[in-house]
Amino acid sequence: MPLTVHLPALQVDWETLLTVNLPTLLFVVIGVPLVLVGYIVGFDILVRRLPKRSQPSVRPWVWVAPAIFFVGLILVYPMIGTIVRSLFDRHGDGFVGLGNFVRLLTDQGILIVLRNNLLWLLLYPGLVLLFGLLLAVLSDRVKYEKPVKSLIFMPMAISFVAMAIIWQFMYYYRPPDVPQTGTLNAILVNLFHGQPITWIQDSRFNNFALIFIGVWGATGFAMVILSAALKGIPAELLEAARVDGANERTIFRRIILPLMMPTIVVVGTTMVIFALKAFDVVYVMTAGNYNTDILARRMYSELYNAGNYANASALAVVLLLAVVPVLIFNLRQFRAVEARR
Amino acid sequence: MTRLTRVFALMTIAILALVACGTTQGTGGKLGGTVHVLGTWSGAEKDSFDAVMKPFTDQTGVKISFEATRDIDAILQTKVAAGNPPDVTAAPGIGTLIKLVRAGKVVSLDDKLDITQLNANYGADWINLGKVDNKLVTLYAWASLKGLVWYDPKAFTAKGYQVPKTWDELMTLQNRIKSDGGKPWCVALESQAASGWPGSDWIKEIVLSQSGATVYDNWWQGKQKWTSTEIKQAWTTWGQILGSGDSNVYGGKQYMIATTFGDGGQGLFSSPPKCYMFNQGSFITSFFDGYTPKPTAGTDYAVFPLPDVSTANAGAHVVAGDAFVMTKDTPQGRAMLKYLATAQAQDIWVKRGGGKIAINKQVSLSDYPDAISKSLAQVVVDTKIARYDAGDLMPSDMRNAYWSAVLKFVQDQTKLNTILTDLDKTQTTAYASP
Repeated sequence: MPLTVHLPALQVDWETLLTVNLPTLLFVVIGVPLVLVGYIVGFDILVRRLPKRSQPSVRPWVWVAPAIFFVGLILVYPMIGTIVRSLFDRHGDGFVGLGNFVRLLTDQGILIVLRNNLLWLLLYPGLVLLFGLLLAVLSDRVKYEKPVKSLIFMPMAISFVAMAIIWQFMYYYRPPDVPQTGTLNAILVNLFHGQPITWIQDSRFNNFALIFIGVWGATGFAMVILSAALKGIPAELLEAARVDGANERTIFRRIILPLMMPTIVVVGTTMVIFALKAFDVVYVMTAGNYNTDILARRMYSELYNAGNYANASALAVVLLLAVVPVLIFNLRQFRAVEARR
Repeated sequence: MTRLTRVFALMTIAILALVACGTTQGTGGKLGGTVHVLGTWSGAEKDSFDAVMKPFTDQTGVKISFEATRDIDAILQTKVAAGNPPDVTAAPGIGTLIKLVRAGKVVSLDDKLDITQLNANYGADWINLGKVDNKLVTLYAWASLKGLVWYDPKAFTAKGYQVPKTWDELMTLQNRIKSDGGKPWCVALESQAASGWPGSDWIKEIVLSQSGATVYDNWWQGKQKWTSTEIKQAWTTWGQILGSGDSNVYGGKQYMIATTFGDGGQGLFSSPPKCYMFNQGSFITSFFDGYTPKPTAGTDYAVFPLPDVSTANAGAHVVAGDAFVMTKDTPQGRAMLKYLATAQAQDIWVKRGGGKIAINKQVSLSDYPDAISKSLAQVVVDTKIARYDAGDLMPSDMRNAYWSAVLKFVQDQTKLNTILTDLDKTQTTAYASP
């Protein structure tokens, strides 16, 4: 496929740029900080008028209030709205209780969606951790660690949509009678003399193909964090173990792994949340066809294609319920680590 | 502290003054101002739109601020729901728009456009296409033709094949190509989130030509069941084109679902040809231009309209076009729509090619850039029954289910009954909501 790129001369419409954006820009750059400074200074004056004893208990609230306000406005309020919405019919005026959930979960297609979400949930964090840990440990022992790590980290800078497009070329299919241009099929046909595979459409492979794109994108991230944890392990400890006659495998299993566990758990739970949020790759590559649909994409199509707020809200609540245990686990783990320090 | 307050007050005044300066604009006798347009064009199509709008901006001083998105359903609904709609929306179909019209979010054009003039310049079918519940809400500015079969005339001559005039001749040609060891068709269905739509085009052309305009209208309006005889027949007729076990199609089902619609025509131009015919809308020539080596219109490829499946509906064609609606009533938006309906505006786009055909009858055939686009414009003139792309008229969830159904059908034609029953299920919910 020929790729032609036309680079048009950049024509800057200064008039539009300046008349439309300048006042808004000034308002944002000067106005918003000014309001914040005004808020803090103003309230501090008020707090100082309070009796000395109650000041320490009031002041933190003054500082935290804006954050609470915005989190409430942008996160909590819509969340409650969504939960309420999921209990009403699609027009929003008839209360149906759990009717939306019952209808959704008894739908034939939803079983495949749930199965796919489960696949994402298991494979995505699992593989990201596996590759991340492997690369962190291995790259720790080579001289050219920095360039290797930079290369592997690079996909992190690409958006999911761009990743999907890159991988479309990797998975590209052409019929057996013409030369393969997709990387994977070219390897398959030329090296292994196999038949080309429609990686994205074939239901036997496509979920794994899609999940792998996500894994490719996140491995660098996991590697960098795990590598930092690895470097935090005191060298004397490892040396002592070696002096005591432990071999490398034992050192890894008995010392390195337990010491890295808190980090592994944090990275793992973050990946679990990413897996639940997965949307872009499936949306761009298959639009949920060929048995690859997942909850978030289904929610999007219920909302924007069907205009069905009831179903979309119900799916959002299902996702929320799935995330809550992970969040609680994550918080507990975080507290446990804090307590150990 | 008083000093800080004074600084703050001065700043506020300065900001207010700047905001005030920014919003006042010199008009100089012209209408002036800006129209915010939401559309889907990018690249060559966007350049064509800019070229069309340039004389308008010169004449009226109205600037066009264009926002492009490939996800117009979502963006438009979000903007409307947020109370921040664009002035004018140019949508490739009116599926989403119908919902907005029924919700009272689209401005009726009946008293905004010069209807007498529109009646004089537009065929009745094209005005009726813009009506929802008897209110004119949509203006079509240019059309593209669907149901066109592209072929390589050199390949046809080499084998002594004739362009089929009737459906029977098409079937005979199909069998002859097969007995000569070739593949009659190339079919390419991949289109990312919209995968399957090229197959849905096949089926809607067959429905219109096989069962007529009434069935077609009832069908997209949700009054004709997918499991009904007529619609099921259209699917099985397409199944005959594909052949049992996809034997009529180059590369079989795997190639069909894995190949991007734009690349589907490449098989025509390889030697020996991978396939002899490729059904796609008039816009496909812009994709042909990207092939290497670049095929030449007329010598490397030519086109014939898909023959009538039933002679009772002779001259029936599915067309598509960009639908303009006013999502906010502004004088500038009205002026823009009036301008788009003129021959002056449509002439510009037509001359730039890209398979667009003018709807305004004042645009003369001699303005089309090459023989192929001229012959397409002639097909539009000769069309006796014009119907808009049914998929684009359906509610978007119905349309998406239709596209997915095409992919399922191609993978296993024996599952047709289940597929149609599922589509019926979607039909009952899709048309229910505002």
